[in-house]
Amino acid sequence: MKLANALRAATAMSLLATGAVHAENLVIATVNNGDMIRMQGLTDDFTAKTGHTVEWVTLEENVLRQRVTTDITTKGGAFDIMTIGMYETPIWGANGWLVALDDLSAEYDVGDILPAMSGGLSHDGTLYAAPFYGESSMIMYRTDLMEAAGLEMPDAPSWSFIAKAARAMTDRDNEINGVCLRGKAGWGEGGAFITAMSNSFGARWFDEDWNAQFDTREWSDTLNFFVNMMTDSGPAGYATNGFNENLSLFQQGKCGMWIDATVAASFVTNPNDSTVADSVGFALAPDNGMGVRSNWLWAWALAIPAGTQKEAAAKEFIEWATSTGYIELVAANEGWANVPPGARVSLYENANYKDVPFAQMTLDSILSADPNNSTVDPSPYVGIQFAAIPEFAGIATEVSQEFSAAYAGQQSVEEALAKAQALTNDAMEAAGYR
Amino acid sequence: MARAVTPRRKMINTTLAWSVGLLIFFPILWIIVLSFKTEGDAIKTPIEVLTSVWTFESYLVVQDRSDYFKHFSNSVIIAMGSTLLGILIAVPAAWSMAFVPSKRTRGILMWMLSTKMLPAVGVLYPIYIGFIKLGLLDTRLGLIIVLMLINLPIIVWMLYTYFREIPGEILEAARMDGATLREEVLYVLTPMAIPGIASTILLNVILAWNEAFWTLNLTAAKAAPLTAFIASYSSPEGLFYAKLSAASVMAIAPILILGWFSQKQLVRGLTFGAVK
Repeated sequence: MKLANALRAATAMSLLATGAVHAENLVIATVNNGDMIRMQGLTDDFTAKTGHTVEWVTLEENVLRQRVTTDITTKGGAFDIMTIGMYETPIWGANGWLVALDDLSAEYDVGDILPAMSGGLSHDGTLYAAPFYGESSMIMYRTDLMEAAGLEMPDAPSWSFIAKAARAMTDRDNEINGVCLRGKAGWGEGGAFITAMSNSFGARWFDEDWNAQFDTREWSDTLNFFVNMMTDSGPAGYATNGFNENLSLFQQGKCGMWIDATVAASFVTNPNDSTVADSVGFALAPDNGMGVRSNWLWAWALAIPAGTQKEAAAKEFIEWATSTGYIELVAANEGWANVPPGARVSLYENANYKDVPFAQMTLDSILSADPNNSTVDPSPYVGIQFAAIPEFAGIATEVSQEFSAAYAGQQSVEEALAKAQALTNDAMEAAGYR
Repeated sequence: MARAVTPRRKMINTTLAWSVGLLIFFPILWIIVLSFKTEGDAIKTPIEVLTSVWTFESYLVVQDRSDYFKHFSNSVIIAMGSTLLGILIAVPAAWSMAFVPSKRTRGILMWMLSTKMLPAVGVLYPIYIGFIKLGLLDTRLGLIIVLMLINLPIIVWMLYTYFREIPGEILEAARMDGATLREEVLYVLTPMAIPGIASTILLNVILAWNEAFWTLNLTAAKAAPLTAFIASYSSPEGLFYAKLSAASVMAIAPILILGWFSQKQLVRGLTFGAVK
């Protein structure tokens, strides 16, 4: 409370000093997650420094995506800053819907942004969104169960090891599932996981002529491996499990391994919420000996819609929220384990952050993900767990629904792949790619 | 002649009715339970949830993070405003359909109802662009107009059903006594139809209060009602069940209380004309 009062007093003094003539009120659309909520709580610091005030519109991820898409495509101007992801940024940047962030101040140090992040948030070499936090995916596993199974997790395991370990750790009588993975329909849920996994099996969504590739052996291998492993070692009803369901299972000690977003590491190691906080280890996402791992790359980033009347103030906010100064502010208030990860190189050089148990594995996972070369065979698209084309979200949602139906036993893997092949080719033909 | 109900049958009926009632109410009850738990406890098994510590923590966090009263006042103004505006338009419309029907009245009524079958997302872009041009985006007035329009078919239909129960001879007598059309509707028809109008208002306030497509898509920071308040606590990446439950309880409590006190009128309104 004292800090908040001090910040409010500083805000008032700052407003008096600057005359508040140029003070703007920014409306920011954002998602509901721990890092974003933390930022909302620290906004007084931004107001104290600039005089600008901020109003937040916090929405669930999918609602937000629909809401900001409607606004930006109609030039509605409801928001001055939007929180968007790595999928939307290059597409919207190419369409001229976003303000280029090519004139940020020298103190901001654009060169400090992790290259994987700045690359994924750019179009033709121009940055269109600044990463607030970045993530990849990795294995989180129970060290005690792994030891009891007589196995040792390598730093960079293969899928065959994961399947073997999962079967060894499964103990149905005690409600322990060897592995928990996303099976829920949705391009950002189960669709993201299976796409990233398929990359490591040599599969891809499209060949270089935009023909769907679900009729290949690589996709069949991916899906059959996934279904067999989950049938033997996964939780019941995994076809409807997404991030939250698996997080809940892992925190209750019901998963031996969980392969998911690196940001989950801070949740499963938090003793307030997790019953297994002191026995969690980390490893890189598995590969299949083909030179590509199954981890993804994502960032939640801040962008300015073209046509906003408050561009200068919006850039000031973005510089504040994605700066090293903001990271230090969070560390001072909430501790180093709670700073937004995966965006800046300097964070991983910071001696204080090196003590955080999952920091190095998060960085290694991010560095091993390359959106420009995500598949074994060449592909015409950019992106790891998605293809950065406007049609992908709709197509992938339908494809993941077919896959989830196969996970639930409502159809065979072969039927799901055949339907995915047909609907993807139809959609790509209608969109003019083929 | 009414059939005699044996005590045994009465007991079976009562038990069955309570069971069905509890089954319907259970999701709301469980939301209330979770709202008094920590995030860690909220994801445990039902038995563990019930035996864990009860706390107001989630309510305090939600109250601290969000401006509940701003969202609440927006909900009240939008729900009441759209309903009253709808009543103003629907009373004359229903009067003409009930007392001076033409050969197209039935068709118009069916056409009005058929507009409810159109998926809302199909007209999102035209309405969004219209709102931008008219400066109605993120305003309470804009939402009052949209919600009035989407609920108008229901209001007209309900009032039409009530008005049809009123003998036309009474209005005719008023006319013979020299009442103008305005006086006939205002001083003769409306007082007789007050129970029906009250039921219509109640039902439409509930519908407008719970509307979550337009209220989420046409608002940002200023006019957002309680539906946006709830949406801000939902997340596919992170456990917010306890806070989401607390926000939901805070959002539905006013309408739940209103529904409880007005249940007789609501039931009467919904079953009016069902038995003749």
